[in-house]
Amino acid sequence: MGARCAKSSLGAGCAGFAGFRSPDFRFQPDPSPTRALSLESIDVITLESVSKRYPKSRRPALDDVSVGVDKGEFVFFIGPSGSGKSTFIRLLLREEIPTSGKVTVAGRDLGTLRSWRIPQLRRSIGCVFQDFRLLPNKTSAENVAFALEVIGKTRPVIRRVVPEVLSLVGLEGKENRYPSELSGGEQQRVAIARAFVNRPLVLLADEPTGNLDPDTSIEIMRLLDRINRTGTTVVMATHDANIVNQMRRRVVELDRGRVIRDQHRGVYG
Amino acid sequence: MRAKFVLSEALTGLWRNVTMSVAMILTTAISLTLLGAGGLLYVQIQETKDVLRGKVEVMLFLNDDANEQQRQTLKQRLENDHQLVRDVSFESKEQAYERFKELFRNSPDFVHGVQPDALPASFRVKLLDPKDYSDLANKYRSADGVSRVSSQQEVVSQLFSMIDAVKNTTFAVAVLQGIAALLLIGNTIQVAAYSRRREVSIMKLVGASNWYVRLPFILEASMAGLIGAAIGWLGLILGKVFLVDGALKPIFSSGLIPIIQWSDILLTGPILAFIAIAISGITGWSTLRFYVKV
Ligand SMILES: Nc1ncnc2c1ncn2[C@@H]1O[C@H](COP(=O)(O)OP(=O)(O)OP(=O)(O)O)[C@@H](O)[C@H]1O
Ligand SMILES: [Mg+2]
Repeated sequence: MGARCAKSSLGAGCAGFAGFRSPDFRFQPDPSPTRALSLESIDVITLESVSKRYPKSRRPALDDVSVGVDKGEFVFFIGPSGSGKSTFIRLLLREEIPTSGKVTVAGRDLGTLRSWRIPQLRRSIGCVFQDFRLLPNKTSAENVAFALEVIGKTRPVIRRVVPEVLSLVGLEGKENRYPSELSGGEQQRVAIARAFVNRPLVLLADEPTGNLDPDTSIEIMRLLDRINRTGTTVVMATHDANIVNQMRRRVVELDRGRVIRDQHRGVYG
Repeated sequence: MRAKFVLSEALTGLWRNVTMSVAMILTTAISLTLLGAGGLLYVQIQETKDVLRGKVEVMLFLNDDANEQQRQTLKQRLENDHQLVRDVSFESKEQAYERFKELFRNSPDFVHGVQPDALPASFRVKLLDPKDYSDLANKYRSADGVSRVSSQQEVVSQLFSMIDAVKNTTFAVAVLQGIAALLLIGNTIQVAAYSRRREVSIMKLVGASNWYVRLPFILEASMAGLIGAAIGWLGLILGKVFLVDGALKPIFSSGLIPIIQWSDILLTGPILAFIAIAISGITGWSTLRFYVKV
């Protein structure tokens, strides 16, 4: 069932994308040599012996974690509550810094990344969350446009790109709805559109289906799968066993901050 | 487009929290008015000191029973004192009374109470260097026929120390008000950052630059500062119209203190605006460093 699901989305998704991608909207690699190198030979994400200990907490949230994620991979991070999944994602976004160890994302060593360069890092990462994080006073189109406006995209680009990405995530005709006028699944689609509109190298998703019913969850997973098939690396934290079992992708299981399983085409457990 | 976006964000921010913005603007205005007034007084005092130094005369009052010979001797000595003295003139009792009458012509009762011969005759000495006042006083205090050596310098320095005190008080209150204004600006920025925390967190998530995230807040603070400066300037202009040219006119028209000029007041405007924008902008920036972390 899960495999069929993935397969069926493959054909339609790829065709849709091929038609969708206009030349100037395609991801264009940074001309700098480090970045070009990272695209070819280095993992998109690497953690080397990373530990994270929050102040005031007894045990580390992440304990000596080493994982690498290749370009184009789809990886689930699973584990019980408090196992460190969200902490992992916050480290990749450079919202937190590790207590020890080295994190690199897209060839950038986050340990030595100057703080004024963090925005550049985040422009190459898309991120969605369980709670969608949309602006309630903006329509779907405005929510997506906001993300482009604040990184200085010009109005003609925004006007062209926003409807494209909204139809890509299946929201044609709902461009002018406010979040309160959308279902949970539709709100998450807006969030995904916003995360993907810049063609990030990596899409991070922290329990993106956590607030959704099973059917809607599967639709969201199809969407993420299609995005993954454009070459975007997808890292998803979840404890939705059903989804993990259906997708049959790489599974990294965390328990109390340690990696206890890293399995190709894995199941929930 | 971006400039418009950022500007409208700043204006909306000011409007969203009107009471706080008004408090912030008024406090800033008061602080800047006092700062401006203190500054004007300071400049005034410096100018006045320079002008008066050149004019100040030392007066050698003569005993009422001083005779003609003593007077002539003293005159000779002063005129030949090329080290200290630039110019000597004699003022008789009658001339002194005339000058007194002229000086207090607005208070005839006071003039009536003084006998024409109550005022002493004097030599009025202009010094080569006004600072040598005490040298001259020491040299001539015990000369025959001299009762007392006095200088307008004493009166002037009393006046100056009074104005200095006013100036210092003004500055002190300006500083206190300034601190209050800074705290209000900091608080307003915090409130603004809190009410826009969703937008800010999304901006940071999608990689908006730090400047882009912070600029609307800093502009909001600077704009409040600018409005405060404008009101403060208006305060100074009103002060000029109603105090300097109004209620306090007699003090200024005595000629001792030059009147505060319109040109000085006009010049104060841009200075206050610059100070207000710079300080509120810096306060905004440093507040945000604490409240809007990367
Ligand atoms: N800001 C924080 N300060 C202190 N401790 C924290 C902080 N954030 C997380 N922790 C702790 O770190 C550990 C890992 O938290 P994390 O949020 O990464 O777990 P999670 O795997 O995402 O859990 P869930 O599935 O419930 O979302 C937990 O023990 C949590 O209490
Ligand atoms: Mg979590």
